[in-house]
Amino acid sequence: MTQESPQWRPKLKDIADQEELFTSGQRLCAGCPAGSMARMAMHALPRPKNTIVSQATGCLEVASTIYPYTAWRVPWMHSLFENAPANASGIEAAYKARKRQGLEDDIPDLLVFSGDGSGFDIGVQAASGAIERRHNFLYIIYDNQAYQNTGIQRSGATPKYAWTTTSEVGKVVPGKPTWKKPIALVYAAHDPEYCATASVYHWRDFMMKVRKGMEKQGPAVIVVLAPCHRNWRYPEELGMKMAKLAVETCFNPLWEYDGETRTYTMSTSSMQYVKDPSKKKPIEEWLEPQGRFRHLFRPTRRDDLIQDFQNLVDEDWEFIKRLTEM
Amino acid sequence: MKPMSAKQILMGINGDEAVAYAAKHALVDVCAAYPITPQTIIVEKFAEFVANGEVETEFVRVESEHSALSACLGASAAGARTFTASAANGIELMHEVIFLTSSIRQPVVMAVADRSPSGPINIHGDQTVSLAQRDTGWIMMYCENSQEAYDSTLQAFRIGEHPDVQLPVMTMLDGFVLTHTLENVYLLKEADAHKFVGRRQPMMITIDGKQVPLKLDPKTPITIGPLQLFDYYMESKLQHSEAMEKARPVVTQINNEWAQLTGRKYGDGYLQPFKVTDADAVILTTGSSAGTARFVARQLRAQGKKVGLLKLRTFRPFPDKKIAKLLADVPVVGIFERTHTTGSLGGPIFNEVRSALYDLDTRPTILGYYGGLGGRDVTPDHFRTIYKELLKIKDTGKSPRNPIKYITVRK
Repeated sequence: MTQESPQWRPKLKDIADQEELFTSGQRLCAGCPAGSMARMAMHALPRPKNTIVSQATGCLEVASTIYPYTAWRVPWMHSLFENAPANASGIEAAYKARKRQGLEDDIPDLLVFSGDGSGFDIGVQAASGAIERRHNFLYIIYDNQAYQNTGIQRSGATPKYAWTTTSEVGKVVPGKPTWKKPIALVYAAHDPEYCATASVYHWRDFMMKVRKGMEKQGPAVIVVLAPCHRNWRYPEELGMKMAKLAVETCFNPLWEYDGETRTYTMSTSSMQYVKDPSKKKPIEEWLEPQGRFRHLFRPTRRDDLIQDFQNLVDEDWEFIKRLTEM
Repeated sequence: MKPMSAKQILMGINGDEAVAYAAKHALVDVCAAYPITPQTIIVEKFAEFVANGEVETEFVRVESEHSALSACLGASAAGARTFTASAANGIELMHEVIFLTSSIRQPVVMAVADRSPSGPINIHGDQTVSLAQRDTGWIMMYCENSQEAYDSTLQAFRIGEHPDVQLPVMTMLDGFVLTHTLENVYLLKEADAHKFVGRRQPMMITIDGKQVPLKLDPKTPITIGPLQLFDYYMESKLQHSEAMEKARPVVTQINNEWAQLTGRKYGDGYLQPFKVTDADAVILTTGSSAGTARFVARQLRAQGKKVGLLKLRTFRPFPDKKIAKLLADVPVVGIFERTHTTGSLGGPIFNEVRSALYDLDTRPTILGYYGGLGGRDVTPDHFRTIYKELLKIKDTGKSPRNPIKYITVRK
């Protein structure tokens, strides 16, 4: 990878001039932030012409490579749902071995994409193994909080009380009964070179994190919250607003883990809520516009459930605050 | 079998070690593997080569068999020659990737140290798991002894990577009987092996009128593993099938080249007949059982009994026409399988052989025998019993009502 440049800040003017490596014509749903996420990530690459993408099964994969078309202008490979980091391990190993034998000139950078289905659930083992083996790759998990591609089933990323087709809201059960996995912390506990949470709304923060993760020599992980209007049930043009509110309510605290210093740092966009807690919005503002939480508000308002959700958010937030203040 | 053209080195090694030497001699770029008995010695030995700097291979010690083949798949897609080895539950765990590897046309070579599937859990050998991979689109070869394990593993790279083929290859060696048993094995000198196996050349494909390698390469970016729905999926399957058909002559060609180099030849690469032509009764079997059966056939021939053996070496592509030709005039055939299938008339080899004989004008009487399951010793007595039964059927003209039997099983 190239020399680390921590000062790199993306400028819209420059991005506009860059070649699109994730192109238009892909068939994600209208207003799907996963597309914005992929595009931003590709614009943040330190070596755009020398990067290989390994992609897990999911919305981004099925929508971007419907044969005989492809939205990717980089070497791109999809193999299975749960093995993208293992697949990437092999790609890296191939170039390492062949460079050593003088059969290749260079080892390309590696970027791995998956959704929360793979990143939180079925692919954790492969990711955990690849990080432990210290392969040089950035793993971006775009978290839209359920198995959206298969028709909105609950995943380990689905928050409590959310409606999905396998955490139905019925007369006795108000949606998913348990909280989501703190998966970014799970990966950070592997002591990768770099780990961060991000939001599709905070584009500069996300792109800087992608650049940082790609520049590290070794494994890096970014978990980026990417709303899905098909499941979350908000008007499709409000994807970015939903991502923004998740940060403003501290449901999605933005932080970084640095493997070198082994420290957690609160990112600027979330830091303001540490400095001035009064700015932190009540979780209701994020929940209320989402149809998947409709039963918390209608036909009767369930203050008990809303408060429980708020408590869970606050507990996480306080925990991240303590972690980043250490 | 004495070495002919090339000078060879005689070593006392087991089957797993023979496979490890083959992988070493094959200039493997990437090996990704996960331990499982009885395959472990392969990767242990290979780890030794890596630790001593005897290979240039990147050895990826993955966290599961699923990841082992996934890493091989990625490495192969990036242009590397790749190798892995596994067994039983490991093969079952990677089953998803096994299908994918052949459909993405990556010539990965995998040694399968055949072990019975769980459950009950059992670490010893039979071929149920490898035969269960019969529809995954890989080339599949069964080895009779450790020498053949070395020979077939080296041949596998040439067959799989052949420009007409581009398919992955599985080489099977029976758990413990071959994997852990010391045997005299002739190894090529490394330079001769390297000359035989060469370097992997990526398959060339045409995109927008341009020839580009089917490889993850930033110089020629391509998309590998796209979504193919009802509009293209079947065409992909047809291409896969055509590649398997094109492998047919290649298996024989490489077997012949190997014979010229080493003096060792495995029939036509598919089948090794022993006194089949004039036989009254023939046993068809695979793997290490073939050696035991041949020993018995030889004894019985010495006693004037007209028995023969047909060893099935290459199971995919299945040599159906060759089998039909060889068995056309044999009155009674017994299929001995170290595999177990329930709810069907006989195991996979029984079924495929029986189907291969369907178009003959006069079909042999054909019986299926399950035996050697879970590592139960396959002894000469097994085959004496089977030959006796087959000859009795020949003499009396009476076939049993149920053609499927278990050999040495308690009631």
